Formats: sequence, C-alpha cells, structure tokens
Amino acid sequence: MSEFKSGSNLEKVLKAGHFAFTGECGPPQGANLEVLKEKARHLKGCVDAVNVTDNQTAVVRMSSWAASLVLIQEGLEPNYQMVCRDRNRLAMQSDILGAYAHGIRNMLCLSGDHQKFGNHPESKNVFDIDSMQLIHMVKEMRDQGVFLNGQEIDEAPRMFIGAASNPFADPFEFRVHRLAKKVAAGADFIQTQCIYNMPKFKEFMKQAVDMGLTEKCYLLAGVTPMKSVGMARYMATQVPGMDVPDELIKRLKGAGKGKVAEEGIKFALEQIEEFREMEGVAGVHLMAIEWEHRVPEIAERAGMLPRPQI
Amino acid sequence: MIVAEQKPIRELVEMVKDFQKILVLGCKGCVTVCNVGGAKEVGVLASALRIWGRKTGRDLQVGEHTLERQCDPEYIEELRGIVGEYDAVISIACGVGPQFVSERYPTARVFPGVNTKFMGGAVAHGIWSERCAGCGQCVVHYFGGLCPIARCSKSLMNGPCGGSADGRCEIHKEVECIWDTIVRKMTEQGRLNELIEFKPPKSWTTARDGGPRSMIREELVK
Repeated sequence: MSEFKSGSNLEKVLKAGHFAFTGECGPPQGANLEVLKEKARHLKGCVDAVNVTDNQTAVVRMSSWAASLVLIQEGLEPNYQMVCRDRNRLAMQSDILGAYAHGIRNMLCLSGDHQKFGNHPESKNVFDIDSMQLIHMVKEMRDQGVFLNGQEIDEAPRMFIGAASNPFADPFEFRVHRLAKKVAAGADFIQTQCIYNMPKFKEFMKQAVDMGLTEKCYLLAGVTPMKSVGMARYMATQVPGMDVPDELIKRLKGAGKGKVAEEGIKFALEQIEEFREMEGVAGVHLMAIEWEHRVPEIAERAGMLPRPQI
Repeated sequence: MIVAEQKPIRELVEMVKDFQKILVLGCKGCVTVCNVGGAKEVGVLASALRIWGRKTGRDLQVGEHTLERQCDPEYIEELRGIVGEYDAVISIACGVGPQFVSERYPTARVFPGVNTKFMGGAVAHGIWSERCAGCGQCVVHYFGGLCPIARCSKSLMNGPCGGSADGRCEIHKEVECIWDTIVRKMTEQGRLNELIEFKPPKSWTTARDGGPRSMIREELVK
C-alpha cells in the first residue's frame, strides 16, 4: 500500500510540505477543445493542479470529467469537480469510477449552485445526496472499497478528496463546524470561497486552527483577482455568500483609469503573501475567472514559480 | 393542508370553450381553508364563466356543486346522476379531486381548475408556506422540528450551503434559509452538537422516487 491516498501531484506537493498553488479552468460552452487547450497552455507549469468546474453557476458546459481528461492529455493534473445538483448516487459513482479509470486522482465535492441561477432554470434538480455525503461516499469507495450500498468494488477508485468551505456565508458561527464535518466525513483538502475580507478570514482560520482542523486537512485559501470595479461590485451584490469590503472597491476605484486590473492583481499578491505566513494555510487556490492568461504573471510575481516536481 | 391556487381564467376558458354545460365542482377540504376551492370560490368561478359565455355569445349552462371532500369515494358518489348532466366538470379541489371524479365517472370530461402547490400552512393571513415534501420518513426531530428536505432549496441534511446570507436563501431574498433558522434554534436549545453529527444519505424509497405510493391498513380494510 502506498503512503499516499491517491498519489496525485497535489497530494504529493502538500504532503512534502510545499505551499500548494492550484488553478481553475471552466470547460467551454460547446465542444470546442481549442478553447480548453488554450486555457491549459497558460496554466501549465504554473500550478500543481487545475480545478475543472462542473456546470458552474448551473450553466451547461462540457462535462467536468471530459474536460479533466483533456487536461491530462495536455500534461496538467485536474481537480475534478462534482456537484450534487445534476446527478444521483448511481451517476456519481459511475462517473467516479470512469474518472479514476482514466487517470483522474483529485476530486472536489460540492453541493452546486441552484439551477435557478443558470441557463436552464426550468430543469429538475437532483440533490439525492448532499456534499457532505458525497465526500463520505468517495472516502468509503477509496478506503473500504465499497459502493454506497456496501457492495464491494472491483478495483476501488482512489481519489484525493477535496471539499469547499465558505467562511463568509451565514451563519458565521456554524462555518467552522461545517468545515469540521467535512474533514470528519473524509475531506483531505479544502479550497475556500474567494477571500476579500481578510480580518474575517483570519478569525475563521483561528477557529479552524484552534479546533485542530488544519492538522487533519490541507486548507487552500481562495483568491480571485478583481479585473474591474464592475466585477467587484457584481461580486459584492450579486454573488451569494461573497463578502467584498467597501475599502477594496474604493481602492480599485482609486487606481484610476486603465490601472484597476493591476490594482486587483496587487491586492491578490498581497493576499498570497499574507496566506504564506498564516498559520494553517497550506496553499492558495487561484480562481482567475476567464483570466487564465494572466496566471503565469501572477504566479511569477507571487513567487510561486517554479512549482515543485515530485 | 394542501395549498392550491386558481388557474388563470384565460387558461380555464381555453379548456372548456367547446362545451356548453359545465359543472364547477368544489371541495370543503383543504382548498376551502386556503380560499381557492370551496363553495364561495365555486360561485365566483361559475359567475365568471357565465359572464365570459355572455360576452362571447355562448349559451352556457354553468352548474355549481361542492362536495364534503373530493378525496373520498363516499362523497364522489354524490355526483351520480349529476355528472351525466354536464359536458365538462371543472374540479377546483387539489389534484386528487379531478382524478377521483375521472376514475369514478369514466365518460366524464374533467378539468383541473386549480394548480396544486404544496403541503403547508398559512403563516399569515393570505400567505401560505411549504412545510412538507411527503418524503415518507419524517426526520424533523433531528433539525429542531424543522424540515430541510422540504425547506432547503437543495434538501441539504448536513448544514447550510455557501449561499446562505443574512438568513436568506441564495435562490431569492424572500426565501428563508431554513438552515440558518435550524442552526439558531439548535444553538439556543444547547443542541448544536447534534447538528455536527454526520447525517448519512437518506433513503428515498418511501418518497415519490420509490414509485407511486399507496398505503394499506389491514385493520381498516373491510
């Protein structure tokens, strides 16, 4: 038996004690592989693994497992996202088997945005199991070699199991407990929601550290650089569970015409610097939404390059 | 109770435009309580149909009748000798009513006059809210007496998702985040530890997912 749970690059980087750096890539709204490969080219060599979103914001895109396989072909390691909105336990387990069989080794287990936000609001949702139960199911598949019904699996999928945490959603007091539940259910690593409110995040991290959670899982802090004042305003008012302080919006505005994006990157770099020193933070998850081409520059300026080769 | 709302009159007249004798059939059960399908609403809908008939030059005959309940064969039987007098029946009971009438009177043309919404209750005068999803295996006692299956938009069993803000659900500011309420209530009761326990996947065999449901109580079967 290997010392690793899945043997993914991300797992190896984290276990070796490196400060991890993961990226994100939304599959195309079509079968256009060139778009995906273009994004992959920007991310290659800059990150340890790339999250591949699963019909993010309930908008139909190429399936996350299929896009994950393309990333593997392009020489990147995917972090295969799966939401509970679109699949029941049968579909989930069969997709996990297929994903593993084709070389996917990381998985991020999520509830999923409600379909009301997406481009098929008239659809029926599933939510057969919730994200907590999904985490536990993937763990049992890996560690016990059984399906959710207890039946033995002929060659179990061995995933490095990820989960999300949003320290900025309500009720705040329960957030650390929900994180604890995810860790107990089987999460090996956590990627947080985009962080803008640093004082609140520090408060959350203190709770997590005090509860010993960061000893039991690797926590990656979520960073999304602001591209514009409009984006900041949109995130502040339209994205549920997002906390964008007014000071940040003011700071971006103050940057002046043509310099807002640079100010957004500067803020992100300051955050990354702070996360590197913050107790309990094992890495950064950079969600440069439709800004993959800026990732090499951000990684370079953040001192994240070169990435460790293990 | 089962909560319903009246279908738009435009939709109703489209359904019955080819018929001359129409029976509006009410129910004294849930739909009377939620002010949509009782004797009073039968009268209102029948009047509306008559006015529409006059305006459009139709010689309509609209009858009115309200049963004790439309979900009980005993009361449906009351319609024997009445249904045959009409070309169409508009039932303004919940979705059970038109089906019980259709099943008992196979040649009758039966139309639904209301949209059945949910199982719930009146939280204020004129405001109804969903409470039960009829999953067949009640679990509210784990959650401070509140149901996340029916009341969380994602039926989450292990805590609030990342979209909960200020006690509101991510789908709409007017929708309560039931998990916010559950957490507050359990905290006040000193039972937060119960929410920290992992709740395993639910069996949906007792819900609609297990197929159309029926129930037999031997001691009551004659």
